[in-house]
Amino acid sequence: MPYKHYILICAGTACESSHAQEIHDNFIKEIKDRQLESDVQVVKTGCFGFCEQGPIVKILPDNAFYVKLKPEDVKEIVDENIIKGRVVQRLLYSPKEDKGRHQMTDVANIDFYQKQFRIVLRNCGIIDPEKIDEYIARDGYKALEKVLFEMSPTQVIDEVSRSGLRGRGGAGFPTGLKWSFTQKTSSDVKYIVCNADEGDPGAYMDRSTLEGDPHSILEAMTIAGYAVGAHKGYIYIRAEYPLAIERLNIAIGQARDYGLLGEKILGSNFDFDIEIRLGAGAFVCGEETALLASVEGERGMPRPRPPFPAVKGLWGKPTVINNVETWANIPVIILKGASWFAKIGTERSKGTKVFALTGKINNSGLIEVPMGTTLREIIFDIGGGIKDGKQFKAAQTGGPSGGVIPAEFLDTPIDYDNLTAIGSMMGSGGMIVMDEDDCIVDITKFYLQFSVDESCGKCAPCRIGGYQLLNLLEKITSGRGEMADLNKLFKISQAMQKASLCGLGQTASNPVLSTMKYFGEEYQEHIQNNKCRARKCAQLLKFEILPEKCVKCGLCAKVCPVGAISGDREKGYVIDQAKCIRCGQCLERCKFKAITRG
Amino acid sequence: MQPKTIRAKINGKNIRVPAGLSILDAAKQAQIKIPTLCKHPDLPATAACGLCIVKIKDSKKLLRSCCTTLEEGMDIITHDPEIVEVRKTVLELILSNHPNDCLQCGRSYYCELQKLTADFAIQEELFEKIVKNKTKDTSTKSIVLEPAKCIRCGRCVEVCQQIQDVWALGFLSRGINMRIAPAGDLETANINLAESPCVRCGQCSAHCPTGAIFEYDQTETTWAKLRDENNYCVAQIAPAVRVAIGESFGYPIGTNLTKKLYAVLRRLGFKAVFDTNFGADVTIVEEATEFVQRFAHKKGPLPLITSCCPSWVDFMEKYIHGAIDLFSSCKSPHEMVGALAKTYFAEKNKIDPKRICVVSIMPCTSKKFEIIRSQEMFSSGQQDVDLSLTTRELARMIRQAGIDFKNLPDEEPDHILGDYAGGGTIFGTTGGVMEAALRTAYNMITGENLKNVEIDIVRGLQRVKEGTIDIKGTKVRVAVAHGLGNVRYLMNKVLEAKKNNQEPPYHFIEVMACPGGCVAGGGQPYGVTDDLRIKRAQGLYEDDRDQKVRCCHDNPYIQKLYDEFLGKPLSEKSHHLLHTSYIARKTYLK
Repeated sequence: MPYKHYILICAGTACESSHAQEIHDNFIKEIKDRQLESDVQVVKTGCFGFCEQGPIVKILPDNAFYVKLKPEDVKEIVDENIIKGRVVQRLLYSPKEDKGRHQMTDVANIDFYQKQFRIVLRNCGIIDPEKIDEYIARDGYKALEKVLFEMSPTQVIDEVSRSGLRGRGGAGFPTGLKWSFTQKTSSDVKYIVCNADEGDPGAYMDRSTLEGDPHSILEAMTIAGYAVGAHKGYIYIRAEYPLAIERLNIAIGQARDYGLLGEKILGSNFDFDIEIRLGAGAFVCGEETALLASVEGERGMPRPRPPFPAVKGLWGKPTVINNVETWANIPVIILKGASWFAKIGTERSKGTKVFALTGKINNSGLIEVPMGTTLREIIFDIGGGIKDGKQFKAAQTGGPSGGVIPAEFLDTPIDYDNLTAIGSMMGSGGMIVMDEDDCIVDITKFYLQFSVDESCGKCAPCRIGGYQLLNLLEKITSGRGEMADLNKLFKISQAMQKASLCGLGQTASNPVLSTMKYFGEEYQEHIQNNKCRARKCAQLLKFEILPEKCVKCGLCAKVCPVGAISGDREKGYVIDQAKCIRCGQCLERCKFKAITRG
Repeated sequence: MQPKTIRAKINGKNIRVPAGLSILDAAKQAQIKIPTLCKHPDLPATAACGLCIVKIKDSKKLLRSCCTTLEEGMDIITHDPEIVEVRKTVLELILSNHPNDCLQCGRSYYCELQKLTADFAIQEELFEKIVKNKTKDTSTKSIVLEPAKCIRCGRCVEVCQQIQDVWALGFLSRGINMRIAPAGDLETANINLAESPCVRCGQCSAHCPTGAIFEYDQTETTWAKLRDENNYCVAQIAPAVRVAIGESFGYPIGTNLTKKLYAVLRRLGFKAVFDTNFGADVTIVEEATEFVQRFAHKKGPLPLITSCCPSWVDFMEKYIHGAIDLFSSCKSPHEMVGALAKTYFAEKNKIDPKRICVVSIMPCTSKKFEIIRSQEMFSSGQQDVDLSLTTRELARMIRQAGIDFKNLPDEEPDHILGDYAGGGTIFGTTGGVMEAALRTAYNMITGENLKNVEIDIVRGLQRVKEGTIDIKGTKVRVAVAHGLGNVRYLMNKVLEAKKNNQEPPYHFIEVMACPGGCVAGGGQPYGVTDDLRIKRAQGLYEDDRDQKVRCCHDNPYIQKLYDEFLGKPLSEKSHHLLHTSYIARKTYLK
């Protein structure tokens, strides 16, 4: 007997951290209290993607999309929607410009979802990731069955190659080609590795995929194992993803119980099993050779390439290593075919890309769009534009390895090659939107700080170069910059790009180069005019008292922690710029708006 | 099978080289030396410094030549304005992370970083100076770690872990704070190098491109000893020193300078000059007797394992406790000379042993530790050897004294502890101890000398040498390993057989901690390669061939020593003065 209602509760990390578990428990309780267990099924799903609006609950078949729920809203939803069939209007999503009209009942009509196309996230927000049957019900493990019984290993690799799928970890290497290298290298043992060491600031598509659809990764790795002749797989995942690890463990256990992992999979002659390896959170361990060193129990430092892991990887054996998002595409490619997949995207970048859209944007969250979607569509159509009606300044893609994209490139179709051409990169898909209040030098410093903290220290250009870049940026943002520093920034950045050993060092200076290219005048303003137009760099701010507005109350002089404000109630007050530490206390406390910051 | 050769181009020049060479090595065939601070010919590429970048013609991407194999048809550019500029910037970055202490640095003039800086004409400080980790670690009294001077090339870690299998040094922390240190160093767990598994072989110091790892310098202490008129200072030179010191004075590699060394030591103020080779002769007579007892008379366990290398002894005491009873109880040759100088020599010359100060000139950093390693190193009633200097320290003292080494006349050693047989001199190279011991053991078993005393199977740089020597129908199974990383293979077989009460796989094993033996010891002049090891060893084999007496037991001064003083080998007196014992030690002292 089918259920009358399905309550889908997003149980991704973002929603979980804002009381999704409590909401879930309340639904269970309310349903039980009303003895509706046989009519209503409550499902904890993976991420819906629309994290800005979490916690999210979707009710089927009504297609009611409830957002920003609080645990106390549950009773009303059960009473109204489940029992009386009346959607609770006040809890529905409404787009920003549509305040108060609350008509967005149908998910398909929500701006955030309209231009999205979901392959990787196909099951996220739909199935219960802890139940293998739900994955199977949505064609899960059908691709594995197909390859084991209908396809030769070479046919599998051909299919992946013809799909045009490229690695989603950042570099965009053709996946099928990588697999074929491993297949062609003869060896007694080969390995399959899933790189789940997601580390770019703001990026969380891999975590969401693993949390929402762990079986898709297991299925894909098993398919690759069959294709290249490997019988063992490792998932290297950072220990900071406890929910994803828990769901992976559950999924691996279930797959083994169902004969989908282990010996003689589905009764074939193929054996394959998967183990989880936890990373300690070093960013560089996302670099494939460092990751493999870490799995082996060595210090996670990159190794020279060649040899590439496809030929000589884990414990010196041929190893296919792909990123989570890459893996998630595989079962769909096998089931729907390479030509179906190759129709999506641009000429050299096929399929979709998941982006973690954050920053000064109305609809932040996880989105999946066909390759070739423009930045404008992502930011203004899906993302709902810039917060508080501010001006778009730039988008940062590729995390600490990427660069900024200024407004002039808003209409560039996004794919691997176009992003590289404009000085950024796809990276793992972090996308941070900046507005006029963001200082470009300050943002660059943020990314540099990240790369400097995460450099393993092995090679000189990255270890020292990054640190020197950061020093120079610090100097510039604190008002001590010289024009000669710009040349030094450029010189070091170039040397890092050309002489660093691994991707971390080769790309760590990208934010510097791209911001200097597109926002060079902001650097100059910082240095020559001691000015930060976004008023972010505290050391460059100048606080002044406007005599025409000042009522000579003296409060500012009283609150100033360093005694930089002097004067008396007769003559009025002045700020000694040499003493001022730009803390802003005076401005905050002045009731008469007599203090300016410039 | 003919090794495959490949054709490629380097800077437009066609070259044919054996397949498998790195671009860096192949470029040498086109007369190009690509700069690097991390790649050492002894070690696999770590790809750390970033200086050896080259490009493939018409490609923008730069490759590290140290770890990229030259492939058929490659068209390599090793330098153009762009490459030179990037290299210079990387070098400037490295300098910004290195103190400007050249004038006060022991490595000055021999420093690879300093030399490269001069080549690139870097004359101003472009980037802000960042120097961290200022704590100096002098705990071993053999090797000094100065992390501030470290350029993180990783050679020391590679040599300590992969070549020597010691694992005392590793990388700690990351980013700009990354440093080489004993695991759990002074900053984190307060563990110093002496408390780590370090065996003081000094291979790290011999491979370090800068002054970050340096021998514990005792030249000043030596000068003080020489100046004190109460002291009767005597010196002795180890076998390997004579064929290496010349490199510091412009001689061809491997030149034997024994007699100039005697002359120079006298001019430095030593009252008597002895030769450790004499001690080697004594060692052989004692050790061969030990071997014959265990092998022919079944008194004691086999295999007998040589004990003249203090790093090997330390390694065994820390890592291979099951082998303690197999070790020869002989002290190392310079310790024997030290003990005899303060007893036999002192008595004969009526000198108060308390006044005698024995200074050993050694190719070794470990000997600095050995001289105080146990109570048995004080067998004469005094510390038997007072100071141990490396070859590098001696070269510095010669220059400090302003002695024109090249034009010195040849001189002879002081008798009774100075004259040696050929067998003693080859102690300085891998296989030499085994060869000298077999010459004497053969005589002890058969009563006659070998017709051909040169035993080829124990010579050369093969990592492990195994073979059988026929002593008039009796087969002696011998094995030689050099480089501690090659020891496990032998010892696993030995311990396995011991565990199962089986016939031991070998009867006699020689181990020297440093690859190539003492000729490439941790205290020898810089820049060691296999080519250099071979040439230095060649110098010793020639010295052996030049000696009238080839077998240690035939050295008339040895016979005199036993007649006048010791009695016979393994006598009570020789046990007291010339032998030692071993204990199991913890790998980490903390």
